[in-house]
Amino acid sequence: MVQLTLPRKSRPVPGRTWPKPEGAKRIKEFRIYRYDPDAGDNPRIDTYFVDLDACGPMVLNALLWIKDNIDSTLTFRRSCREGICGSCAMNIDGENTLACIKPIDEIRGAVKVYPLPHMQVIKDLVPDLTLFYAQHRLIEPWLKTDTPEPDREWLQSREDRARLDGLYECILCACCSTSCPSYWWNADRYLGPAALLQAWRWISDSRDEATGERLDALDDPFRLYRCHTILNCARVCPKGLNPARAIAMIKKTLAERTL
Amino acid sequence: MARSFVTPLSRARGKGSAHEGTHHFIAQRATALAAIVLTLFLAVILVMLAGRDYAAARTLIANPFVAAALTATAAVFCWHMKLGMQVIIEDYVHGRILRPALLFANAAFSAAIFLLVVVAIGKIAFS
Repeated sequence: MVQLTLPRKSRPVPGRTWPKPEGAKRIKEFRIYRYDPDAGDNPRIDTYFVDLDACGPMVLNALLWIKDNIDSTLTFRRSCREGICGSCAMNIDGENTLACIKPIDEIRGAVKVYPLPHMQVIKDLVPDLTLFYAQHRLIEPWLKTDTPEPDREWLQSREDRARLDGLYECILCACCSTSCPSYWWNADRYLGPAALLQAWRWISDSRDEATGERLDALDDPFRLYRCHTILNCARVCPKGLNPARAIAMIKKTLAERTL
Repeated sequence: MARSFVTPLSRARGKGSAHEGTHHFIAQRATALAAIVLTLFLAVILVMLAGRDYAAARTLIANPFVAAALTATAAVFCWHMKLGMQVIIEDYVHGRILRPALLFANAAFSAAIFLLVVVAIGKIAFS
């Protein structure tokens, strides 16, 4: 059976409460998941108090402020700080999103920050995304053709190019896949919304000549059909994409192929 | 735990695509649509049965059109039940023996229910 509770050694316990910054007027409480693989202890929830007048408006600003001013051991990924690299994906206030584009003032009460759900945690807010990236590699996200390459680029009509809108913008932050219960239970066999969105992006590409081969690779009870249109993926996508629709289109195309 | 040297891509690919699943998907929707129509039929038959005594009820069920439609209803319901339960087992039950064993038990249970209905209707229709 699927495991509905965390293993004993993975259950978070109350952690340290750090002192409030002195002289701060506007203070926000942050409860942050901490896990140190070297310590061998259970994960813990540390409490920090952030001076909102001293840091920027987004959750990532607060995390950086904590790292700079309170606790330099707090570990998380970040890079572009403007929602295009996907590094700072984490679970904030119960929803997967990018810390860099999540405003602190949208959150009532204490801000709870956890790593992306149901992934192995490397440290603190850093999950292991190795399998997630391999699943993206599996769908072979590149143009596949048998026709000899033209002297110049492969041509595409404006209409055909427009079909890729809403698909190509994915930044592989993993917010969608790690919010999906089907992915939680069967990540080893279900490809997850992010990989399937990209699969549909290449199936839809008018220049690609491997459509049948791509559909063959997805025609599987686990790889594709674990999707039950729960729609968490579309709800959390920080880029406003709709992986569930892409998956429905793959299913529709597969059905059309047999009927 | 011993360190695994299996590459991530090999893990993701696993045993490859089963090249099936689409028929399940289509059948689940087709049986759902058929079940809507047949549920309405079943409701009509139940209303018709309500006012009758035992002998009259048997006569109604023995009518070839009614008997055939009731059998079709049982087939569609049992098939849909099998497909739906299969999804739940595939979602939640792991294990190389438990999962296939439960999938088989599910199919066998649905088939048994259908056979029972067929025998019961047949007994009435052919007696």
